[in-house]
Amino acid sequence: MMRSKLPAAAAPFVAFASLLRANGFAVAPEQTTAFLAAIALLGPRSLEHVRRAAHATLAPPVERREDFEALFDAHFLGAVELGRETAQPDARDLRVAEERPGGFEPPAADDSNQAGQVATAAEALSGRRFGPDHEAATLRGFQRALPERLPQRRGYRRIAARRGASLDLRRAMREAVRNDGEIFKLPRLDRRLRRRPILLVIDVSGSMKARTEAHLRFAHALVRAADRIEVFTIGTRLTRVTRALRLKNREQALATASGLVSDWDGGTRIGDALQAFLAVPRFAGSARGAVVLILSDGLERGDAKAMTDAVRRLAARAWHLSWMTPLAADPGYRPETAALTSILPHLDALADAGSTERLCQHVLNLAQARAA
Amino acid sequence: MVVRTKVAGIDSPEALAQALKSAFYLADDGLATAAYLALALGKPLLLEGAPGVGKTEAAKALSGVLGRRLIRLQCFEGIDATAALYEWNYPRQMLAIRQAGDKPVDIYRDEFLIERPMLQALRSPDSAVLLFDEIDRSDHEFEALLLEFLSDFSISIPERGTLSARERPVVILTSNRTRELHEALRRRCIYHFIGYPAPEREAQIIMLRASSVAEDTARAVVAAVARLRREPLSKPPGIAEAVDWAEAATVLARGGASWPDAFKRSIGVAIKDEEDNAHIAGRLDAILTGAAA
Repeated sequence: MMRSKLPAAAAPFVAFASLLRANGFAVAPEQTTAFLAAIALLGPRSLEHVRRAAHATLAPPVERREDFEALFDAHFLGAVELGRETAQPDARDLRVAEERPGGFEPPAADDSNQAGQVATAAEALSGRRFGPDHEAATLRGFQRALPERLPQRRGYRRIAARRGASLDLRRAMREAVRNDGEIFKLPRLDRRLRRRPILLVIDVSGSMKARTEAHLRFAHALVRAADRIEVFTIGTRLTRVTRALRLKNREQALATASGLVSDWDGGTRIGDALQAFLAVPRFAGSARGAVVLILSDGLERGDAKAMTDAVRRLAARAWHLSWMTPLAADPGYRPETAALTSILPHLDALADAGSTERLCQHVLNLAQARAA
Repeated sequence: MVVRTKVAGIDSPEALAQALKSAFYLADDGLATAAYLALALGKPLLLEGAPGVGKTEAAKALSGVLGRRLIRLQCFEGIDATAALYEWNYPRQMLAIRQAGDKPVDIYRDEFLIERPMLQALRSPDSAVLLFDEIDRSDHEFEALLLEFLSDFSISIPERGTLSARERPVVILTSNRTRELHEALRRRCIYHFIGYPAPEREAQIIMLRASSVAEDTARAVVAAVARLRREPLSKPPGIAEAVDWAEAATVLARGGASWPDAFKRSIGVAIKDEEDNAHIAGRLDAILTGAAA
């Protein structure tokens, strides 16, 4: 027989699940059920049992463990520690910020874009070369054209094809059964083509101020069009903004992303930021076999050696590495800073990022440029 | 949800931790609880963590404790149904058709079916532990297949119909977190993140795994490895590397090398990346003397 009411003792545990949901943790009903069953199984003889059961069944992401613990303590122990600063993994004293799944609420779309802090950031970043309409049209066209023109590689999954390296025995057998054991033609399998992943790194430091907003718009178009992509911003710290940019509405996505980035228009420590990126295996893995695009003027204020070293390591992992700088819009531009000249041998292309059109053009031509 | 309070004589996380210890695996409270819950609730166990923290070892130890055979499926990009579920033995089918001549023949009998790991586990749920190793290496297509399998533990073979497990097999998944797994997969599993162990526990693990290593050596290795893990290395040493390092240094010291020298000469078993080696080369002496102190 089904019971329609939970026993009163279960109430606090169910309430904990809803508290988690309210704080941006994704908790499915089946997880709540498993949580209750786990508590019943474990006794529970102490609160530690409840805590471990919560960890095992509600599966908080590792990045948000501290938040989870704080909520747990607040709920079951009544401790008021909610404002506790989450410890961030440091890599060489450079902070790595990672957005948390569901941890932010996208602000409401605001056409005039004058709400609070975001607007001030956006305002400071105005001054692009083209009017917004013209740019939007460019990005729309880019978004449409990109899936077809992204660089591809042969994947390892095989699908039925007219021509191919291996025999499709399963299909051959099925057809043979239909034809009394006779095989008239040999069906084939071929390896399927897959799009290469993209890694986009955007410099948001002071020297790039005039172009940052356009770059973020470009990033949003790229995220919408490509299926495997990671976007990071660098300045004095490294911030992952991929998830924020997945939002469909461009203004909303930009506002959310800019809320995550806290080092707008600051100094530039490209080398350290890239080193920090390479030190997190999960991030570094996204560069493997990928198209790596770095949007930066390369005006490094930190150590040029650190930057050269990081770019060399990045180039070793990547399939293609493009350094895209707005300075190259000037036809007479030659890289002259120590940092830029020393990374030149590791780059596949030093491209012009002076306008959104040029950016789009460069990315669309990547597959052909490499093939040539 | 079917709940079994007792699985193979184990009725609490503490009992499981004890049993795992006798199988030479030291599990912390979190892992023991998660594993016990997975067994009792009949859910798959998802273990995540950096390479070399003992995820696969945990699965091996668990299968040993349960007295079941470990069926391991190493995941890779492009892994598909013929590698994971089942395949027909086409040449034999063809032969059977030819031999039968005009008589009707059933070419979809068991003798023509080649069982792959998932089907094997499904057919003998009470005598096997199914391990999906490095699930993050597989692609989205396989993850979808896995989701289907893990939700109702059945496999449909078009020629034969649907095969269901009599009871839920014990399933363990491991991931190195090189990419994020689908949220639905995490949801369906009991989850545990294995971090690097506390120094005390890691020293115990080294001594349990390598009986020739003295306690002082184990402690020094643990301290040195902990320092190395704080460096921005592309391949930080895992527990397996720590065990190897302790063993290698012990062997060298027996051959007459002095202690810091034995550690230094055997660094190759702990740091296996040329760039990482170059990165720490200048500071290795400081790290080793700091660890030995």
